[in-house]
Amino acid sequence: MLAIRVSEGPPRAPSADAEWIENRPSRRWLPRVDVQELWSFRELGLFLALRDLKLRYRQTFFGVAWAVLQPLAGVAVFSIVFGQLATVPSDGIPYPVFVFAGLVIWTYVANAVELAAQSLVQHQEMVTKIYFPRVLAPVAAALPGLLDLAISLVFVAVFMAAYGVAPGTALIFLPVAIAGATAVAIGVGLWLAALNVQYRDVRHALSFVVQVWFFATPIVYSSSVLKGGWQYVFAANPMVGVIDTFRWALVSGPSPGAEDLISLAAAALLLVGGLTYFQRVERLFADVV
Amino acid sequence: MPNRVIEAQKLSKRYRLGVSAEPYGTLRGALTAAFRPRTRVSGGGSEVWALHDVDLEVDEGEVLGIIGRNGAGKSTLLKLLARITEPTSGLVRHRGRVGALLEVGTGFHPELTGRENVYLNGAILGMRRAEVRRKFDEIVAFSGIEPFIDTPVKRYSTGMHMRLAFAIAAHVEPEILVVDEVLAVGDVDFQRKCIGRMGDVAKEGRTVLFVSHNTAAIESLCDRVCWLDRGRIAEDGLAGEVITRYLRSVIATRTERMWDDPTEAPGNEWIRLRRAAVRPIEEERIAVNTPFVLDFEYENLRPGTFLNLSLHLYTRDGILVFNAVPVREDRWYGRPFPAGRFRDRCYIPADLLNNGGYRVELLVVKDKSEIIYQDSQILTFDVHDVAAGSGTYEGEWSGVIRPHLAWRTDHLG
Repeated sequence: MLAIRVSEGPPRAPSADAEWIENRPSRRWLPRVDVQELWSFRELGLFLALRDLKLRYRQTFFGVAWAVLQPLAGVAVFSIVFGQLATVPSDGIPYPVFVFAGLVIWTYVANAVELAAQSLVQHQEMVTKIYFPRVLAPVAAALPGLLDLAISLVFVAVFMAAYGVAPGTALIFLPVAIAGATAVAIGVGLWLAALNVQYRDVRHALSFVVQVWFFATPIVYSSSVLKGGWQYVFAANPMVGVIDTFRWALVSGPSPGAEDLISLAAAALLLVGGLTYFQRVERLFADVV
Repeated sequence: MPNRVIEAQKLSKRYRLGVSAEPYGTLRGALTAAFRPRTRVSGGGSEVWALHDVDLEVDEGEVLGIIGRNGAGKSTLLKLLARITEPTSGLVRHRGRVGALLEVGTGFHPELTGRENVYLNGAILGMRRAEVRRKFDEIVAFSGIEPFIDTPVKRYSTGMHMRLAFAIAAHVEPEILVVDEVLAVGDVDFQRKCIGRMGDVAKEGRTVLFVSHNTAAIESLCDRVCWLDRGRIAEDGLAGEVITRYLRSVIATRTERMWDDPTEAPGNEWIRLRRAAVRPIEEERIAVNTPFVLDFEYENLRPGTFLNLSLHLYTRDGILVFNAVPVREDRWYGRPFPAGRFRDRCYIPADLLNNGGYRVELLVVKDKSEIIYQDSQILTFDVHDVAAGSGTYEGEWSGVIRPHLAWRTDHLG
């Protein structure tokens, strides 16, 4: 006998054993990631990310070229100022290639953090009217930038070819560096998105904080300039590890050292801390936003 | 054994009033508060319980109406059910997908095309992409905006925007449908669509929660009504009974006035008013299909005066509905009044006035021409709505009056 499954038809009322969906005061202190729930909302996350992506360059003249123009302008400026005038050491890599590699990954993180910080406030209408795992908003905001990063990487490759820089076998660690960058962006994004709901100071402080963070990160200079134990303090900035790994993988920079483990720990702490804080205040979002 | 789909146990939600007054704090405030010795915030006037110890159980297929004044906690209850916000204490849980018509157009982005918004909004409302794809043509046809489906929504008129948004929401097919008419925006036509859609869902045996100020709409669609009052359930039971008691409690209108002390009574050297009232004749309340009486008692102080009352009935918007003068009254009209107490009653038939608020202006006239007393707001009252036919609700009727008219249709060939 042939069993034919009829997939169409109106949804049936829940059977007696359908699962209860509860809403009660949360008492948890530790972050809890409900993977099953996130999975069931994956399409919403995807659509939110896609929407950002579609909207980003709509009605712009240069379109997606902006993804590259932003870091390229930086490359031009920094190559003249630090490469030519101040001659900052760049680990033996031609300065434009050196700074371009740092800038593309930094641009991704900085933009992702800014978008994530605004995500809940921007989706105010959704937050106050429908339920979705709130974490989706900052996470979805941090993902579309990866496409920009991919486009930029093509241009980095062109630069590398022009300056005769070839990646080594460490290239296989490039995804690791990008994953690290994403983790940092989401970690910081979670903190700022949650803070921004309650304190709009975030919006004003953000550009300044990002600027300070830029100079605290070895983008226009190399982390190898720090010696005598200071590099361990310096590496508390998780972006240090991200940039070091990224440059090592892409443009054969010096391999990451022990201090980069501190960066890794800092990134993990930031992410777990961000998730904890986010979930602590999550229940207030709809009342406060 | 009925299948329970919604359950609330001691559900409570507290809002801090300061929070709503000042939508978001400043970091400075939080920092100074952090460094100050912690003082306990007493639960005085700064907090309000939007819901307090609410117990509620809803079975599959029930159509539950929720009534209550503004701020009674109706919307908070729905928000808690939908998990938009967390309760302060207690628990609410449900089984199956909750869909709400109050979410119409949530997440619409003006820069995206109609097509893109259908998918995005569908996802926001909990539809799978495959589901949206399957219903896409139907949604677009229902909205009636096919030619513009690939145009950015920002170029849509408000009406087109609404139609598309509603078309999506109407195709979600939730197991539990929540309609908050208080929050539903849009024109009468749109609201009628919402209510029509709700009726369909109810007929399919799905569960519906309907929040409205319109008790007639609730009465015609719901079997059971839950009356919320200041965050608590005041009553929960059969629709007709609960609504009747609810309406009796919210009467804020001037339907009866008495002046026992003649020296305090309004009037002048000619007359003194002693009582004014508007009341239904048999029913509990005045509705479009019940007759009612305007009742006045007054004292004539000058024997031999030719008196008559003249009434003007205005709608709340100030439209004069009619002027009533006792020209057909055959006992006293046109005769001299001796001194003493008189009573005039003006009978208003059923099926004359439309529902709404009304105001009565009283004039006391001497010699059929000279106004000797006037009170432009002697009484105010409401005429309540009733469904036009059983089991149907047509929305608001237009017009000041709502007469029952003879009507006949003939098939002529």
